[in-house]
Amino acid sequence: MKTSEEIFNILKEKFGEKITGFETDLPVEPIITVDPLAIKDVCLFLRDDDDLLFDTLMNLSGVDDANGEKTKDEEGYDVISGGTLSVYYHLDSIQKGHKVTLKVSVNRENPEVESVESVWRAADWHEREAFDMFGIVFLNHPDLRRILMPEDWDGYPLRKDYKNPEYYQGMKVPY
Amino acid sequence: MGLLDREFSDGNIVIAKTEDLLNWARLSSLWQLSFGLACCAIEMMATSASHYDFDRFGVIPRPSPRQADIIIISGTVTLKMATRIKRLYEQMPDPKYIISMGSCSNCGGPYWEHGYHVLKGVDRVIPVDVYVPGCPPRPEALLEGLIKLQEKIRHETLRKKTA
Repeated sequence: MKTSEEIFNILKEKFGEKITGFETDLPVEPIITVDPLAIKDVCLFLRDDDDLLFDTLMNLSGVDDANGEKTKDEEGYDVISGGTLSVYYHLDSIQKGHKVTLKVSVNRENPEVESVESVWRAADWHEREAFDMFGIVFLNHPDLRRILMPEDWDGYPLRKDYKNPEYYQGMKVPY
Repeated sequence: MGLLDREFSDGNIVIAKTEDLLNWARLSSLWQLSFGLACCAIEMMATSASHYDFDRFGVIPRPSPRQADIIIISGTVTLKMATRIKRLYEQMPDPKYIISMGSCSNCGGPYWEHGYHVLKGVDRVIPVDVYVPGCPPRPEALLEGLIKLQEKIRHETLRKKTA
């Protein structure tokens, strides 16, 4: 059983620059930040290393950090430009009894993260949901389609600057 | 007593208006499309189960819209589902009736303001006969909605469909 700090040190030694940080000053558990294009290799190592054995992806979720520049469009709606979107990975090792949280941040205009579907099959639908709600593109995902919204839907509903549509297929959307 | 009554005085024949007979048959065997959407569907299932017993009003779930007379919209209608509901409704044979059950399907319910994905009332896509308020309505409320619908059907005429 290892603490987040010990896991961070193991990863830092193995992957060097690809592990971009360790956030501890949080109301929740410490978070290890990782390069978005290295996340698959890091996860594969976390799963297969004999001291770590992270066999379970408990959760994978997208987050809109909304830390870009906020402006208003002509109708008074928020528009965010720049800043980041993030993906959080909550891993658990049933065999070792320890947990760890990883995070990758990508820029809002071109959000591309390496898929971990090949590491844990559970990531398949989670990544599709993050794609559906935030527009985060998971590279090398086998079937990256919208999972909740209809396929012809415009926009990504959980982004902080999402604007509700007026009509969908001829049906009025606002109350 | 009219002449006809005396003609058939052995008591084996009942005389009625065609309209009344058709309406009575229709309102007494409202076969329901086996279809549920959200938490209201749980209450609808409770209404179908032995304690409240929808069957005593002639309501039997049918697995195909082509055999159904009534569809109970029991829950939140998302925009994605609304297109499917419209298709199901169009597949039902006439005469067909709709009960909108619960706040969501009446007007959007708790999703009325921020529900980007919710249709604000199923009556925007299909014509509703009876609205049952509640979030979710208790089985008694749904039963009253059904009885209201039966009252509407009882007063239908052949010339004009009212319900």
